[in-house]
Amino acid sequence: MEHAADGQGHSLKNYVIGFVLAVLLTAIPFGLVAFGGLPRQTTFIIIAVAAVAQVCVHLRFFLHLGFSSTPRENLLALAFAGVLIFLMVGGSLWIMFDLDYRHGM
Amino acid sequence: MTMHTAGAHAEHGEDIYGERAFGFWIYLMTDAIIFALLFATYIVMLPGTAGGPGPDTLFSLPRAAGETALLLVSSMTFGFATLSMLAGKRGAVLGWLAVTFVLGLGFIAMEISEFTGMIAMDAGPDRSGFLSSFFALVGTHGLHVSMGMLWIVVLAAQVMTKGLTAPVKSRLFRLGLFWHFLDIVWVGIFSIVYLPGVM
Repeated sequence: MEHAADGQGHSLKNYVIGFVLAVLLTAIPFGLVAFGGLPRQTTFIIIAVAAVAQVCVHLRFFLHLGFSSTPRENLLALAFAGVLIFLMVGGSLWIMFDLDYRHGM
Repeated sequence: MTMHTAGAHAEHGEDIYGERAFGFWIYLMTDAIIFALLFATYIVMLPGTAGGPGPDTLFSLPRAAGETALLLVSSMTFGFATLSMLAGKRGAVLGWLAVTFVLGLGFIAMEISEFTGMIAMDAGPDRSGFLSSFFALVGTHGLHVSMGMLWIVVLAAQVMTKGLTAPVKSRLFRLGLFWHFLDIVWVGIFSIVYLPGVM
C-alpha cells in the first residue's frame, strides 16, 4: 500500500504514451484500407509494419508493468517462443505453399 | 525493452510471487505459440472457401474497428486498475476493473453478433476450410477474453472480501499480463484477418 507508482513504468504517463501510439498504429492501417488510394502491395506492407510496431508498443508500455521476476528469464522465454513461432509458422507456410505450387504443375 | 520486477522489489521475502509471475509468463509464451499456429492455419486455409463466401463478403471494417477500439481502451483501463492498485486505492481498483469488464463484454457481444450473423447466412465453421480456421482462430481469442472476464469477476470479489493483500495484488498483476497479451493477439487478428479480408 505504501509504495505508490514507482519508476519502473508504473506511471500514468507510460500508459497514455502507449495508448496514443497504439491508437495511431491502429488508425493508420484502418484508414488506409477504408479510404484506399495506395496499391495493394504497399497497403499490405504498411499493415504489417504497423502491426509489428504496435506489438512492440504493447510489450513496452503495457506488458512490462506486470513483470515480477528477473528480466533475463522473461526475455529468454520470449526469445525462445519467438524462435519456435518462426520455425513452426515459417516452416508450415513454406511447406504448404510449396505443395500448393507443385500441385499446380 | 525494460522489464523490471514489480512485486518482488516492493517487499522482501516475496520471491514466491516473482516465481508465479514467471510461470505465468511461460504459459503466455505457449499460448502465443498456439495463436501463431492458428494464424498459420488461417493463412494456409484462406483460399479454401469450397465455393462458399470469402473474407470480402463476410467481414465488416466498421465492426472490426469497433471491436479493436473496445479492446484497446480496455487494455488502458486495466492499466488504470494496476495504477490504482499500486496506489493502494481499493475503490478505484474495483471501479476500473468494472469498466474493463464492461468493455470486454461489449467486445464479446459484438463478436457473438458477428458469429451468429455468419452462421445464419450459412457461413458457419462447417461451411469451408477457410471458415473452420476463421472460427478456430477468432473463437479461441474470444474464449480467452471471456475467461479473462470471469477472472476479473473473481479477482474483484477477492479485492472486496480480502482487500489489496500481497497474494491478491500478485494475482492482479498476472491478470494484467493476460489481458494485455490478448490485446496483442487482437492486433494480429485485425492485421491478418480483417484488414486484408476487406481490401
